[in-house]
Amino acid sequence: MEKKRFSIVKKFPIFAIISLILIAPGLVGLVTLPFGLNLFNMDVDFVGGTSLTFNLHTEVTSDMSGKDIPKLVEDACGVAPSTVQKTGENDESVLIKCTKLDNEQQSAIVEAMQETYNLEDKDTENVSDVNATIGREAQNKAVTAAVIAVILMLLYITIRFEFTSGLAAVTCLAHDLLVILSAYIVLQIPFNTSFIAVALTILGYSINASIIVFDRVRENRRFARRESFDEIVDTSVWQTVRRTLFTSITTLLTIGMIFIFGVTSLRQFTLPIIVGIVAGGYSSIFLAGSLWAKYRSLIRKNRQAKASAKLGSKDSGKPKKEEPKAAPEASVEEPKQPAPAQQPLPRKNNSKKNKRKKKKR
Amino acid sequence: MKKSILSFVAVLLVIVLLCCTAIFGLTVGPVHIPNVLDEENGIRRGLDLVGGSSITFEAQLPDGYNTSNLQSDMNSVQAMMTKRLDSLGYTEATVELVGDNRIKVDIPAISDPQEAVEVLGATAQLQFLNADGEEILSGADIKSASAGYGKIDQTSVADEHYVNVEFTDEAAEKWTEATKLAAQAEDGENYIKIVMDDQTLSSPSVSSEYAETGITGGGCVISGSFDADSAKTLAEQINIGQLPFTLEEVSMSAVGPSLGERALSTSLMAGGIGILLVMVFMIVMYRVPGVVASIALMFYTALDAVILTVAHVNLSLPGIAGIILSIGMAVDANVIIFERIKDELRNGKTVRSAIDSGFSRAWTAIIDSNITTIIAAIVLYFFGSGTVVGFALTFGIGVVLSMFTAVTVTRFLLKRIVDFKIRNPKLYGA
Repeated sequence: MEKKRFSIVKKFPIFAIISLILIAPGLVGLVTLPFGLNLFNMDVDFVGGTSLTFNLHTEVTSDMSGKDIPKLVEDACGVAPSTVQKTGENDESVLIKCTKLDNEQQSAIVEAMQETYNLEDKDTENVSDVNATIGREAQNKAVTAAVIAVILMLLYITIRFEFTSGLAAVTCLAHDLLVILSAYIVLQIPFNTSFIAVALTILGYSINASIIVFDRVRENRRFARRESFDEIVDTSVWQTVRRTLFTSITTLLTIGMIFIFGVTSLRQFTLPIIVGIVAGGYSSIFLAGSLWAKYRSLIRKNRQAKASAKLGSKDSGKPKKEEPKAAPEASVEEPKQPAPAQQPLPRKNNSKKNKRKKKKR
Repeated sequence: MKKSILSFVAVLLVIVLLCCTAIFGLTVGPVHIPNVLDEENGIRRGLDLVGGSSITFEAQLPDGYNTSNLQSDMNSVQAMMTKRLDSLGYTEATVELVGDNRIKVDIPAISDPQEAVEVLGATAQLQFLNADGEEILSGADIKSASAGYGKIDQTSVADEHYVNVEFTDEAAEKWTEATKLAAQAEDGENYIKIVMDDQTLSSPSVSSEYAETGITGGGCVISGSFDADSAKTLAEQINIGQLPFTLEEVSMSAVGPSLGERALSTSLMAGGIGILLVMVFMIVMYRVPGVVASIALMFYTALDAVILTVAHVNLSLPGIAGIILSIGMAVDANVIIFERIKDELRNGKTVRSAIDSGFSRAWTAIIDSNITTIIAAIVLYFFGSGTVVGFALTFGIGVVLSMFTAVTVTRFLLKRIVDFKIRNPKLYGA
């Protein structure tokens, strides 16, 4: 079993590419948003819009709210409604929410509804414009809170581990959130205020998952003798892989049940969480440890470069120019060095950790 | 051995008792713990779960408005709206200040926001009435009201809470006249009623010493059985009668019960099935420790339910997310520990010492991962607003509890089981 295990740190470029593909839609959606290109299926409470309520005097069936009325509304005004839900005491009313409609479009919907369901004027219970600024205020506050939380977590991780590991954990978090955004775009999940809850859930989950890996790295470093940092990371990730998988599974079991049995809005809410938990599991296995190793060697290279630049400052500007090039090259090359290091493993049998490894085989 | 069995059974009994408390509620003497589904005394359900209306009002500030008063004026509005909703029976409604000049009112059960706006109306109608019910002064005659604490006049012995009201110059005369009449009246008729929206806020009597002069000085002090809160509330209510701005609704939305009705029951069912599946998973993967983890999970779930009920939390969708996540993560600590125990067993340790070192070696991972999560929960609780707070609360409570149950309860039960001479490493997943 042990033999089949590949070096996650060495294969990092592959996982990085996979991740880039996964986060691409989310990243594009986020970047293009300020330029007026909206790839998200924005819900009314986020962007503002119009809400209409009709009393149909008969129970609204799921066929009506799920199929007939959305079609009717789209035919009437050219815009698909973002929500159609039954409301009122005996479910005899229907609430339609659309992005902002002008008066003409509004009356087109009212007419179409009156015609189709034989309604009188008084059955149009409410037509009102919903303001979105409130959503935005709550949003801003949530973002501020999340940023403060991330900074404090970074601080804690820096104290307990080191700064580069905190950076790696936060990178994984950003990755997971972007994957969720990708899911929102690709699956066209209505983007509404429940995104805040989704993001918070993953915030808690993702950092937690990264730390478990880092904890093992920290512990293994204490026993390590000749292994490079990359090797330690590999060992640690494989040692914690069962835990990461199992915790993802147990969390998915509870949240997955809500997805399967829940009402529509709960599904729209749990689907991105499921995506986020899968992404969180993936990133803590394939990215977290490797990123820590990369960041670490980057900073080391930088320091060394600076130190050597100081020493060899008389050697004109030549080495300095190559500096930025040298750093990424070195970081890709470095994992190659430990390759032959698999050889010396048996030699270290006296160490506690290797005894364990041997038994596993 | 005997001792071990006893304490093992005792823990199981506690868990059963806790589960019963969560499901049926519990009354011990004056302490009453409502059951999980008790909406009135227990977990309150947010607007998104029961349906209702949400209206946001914005203060329309006139030119020359002194913005330094905005904060206190908005607090007055909040007090008024809460009072009015309470008096109309919408005790589940929440009134929340949003930003500087907005106020958000969530009213469950009214599915038509227009109706809710009418219920809330414009600003309050404040009146001072004499014993015959005739109006002496109205809200427009009041300059300001404030709550105070201290000796009201030289004859007072003790400090007390009071409300100080100042009138406009024109109203001062009317006030003097009216109080003179009231002071001359017989006992039982010598009072002035302060009424808002046809509801009597306070009916202070006018002391007979003012029979000659009336109360002069363009103001009055209302004293009596106030405490700090009730004095402040009355002052705020009087102030609303003379709010210098109007309120306009900027957003109304109806939350249909499409989410409400079935959302909670299906979530409960789904959560139950989810927990069962987690238990099955743990038992299949870890055998004896898995059984113990399942017991700890049951303990955790019941404890969480009871605490959320007692804390009277306002549960909305993100809150449910927090609970689900914390349940999923509750077994996380157990997974970490049991993996360690497996490792130790493979190293040839005995079950007993494997359990000991499994727990101690898993400790740093558990503490570091949970503390970062708790940091997140605390920050979100204090800096977030609305539903974010609900999430932070349920999630934070969940993480703290699960850390406790997953570590202490599991460790205790596992050790007892070892005492029962169940020590075959195979049973511990090795």
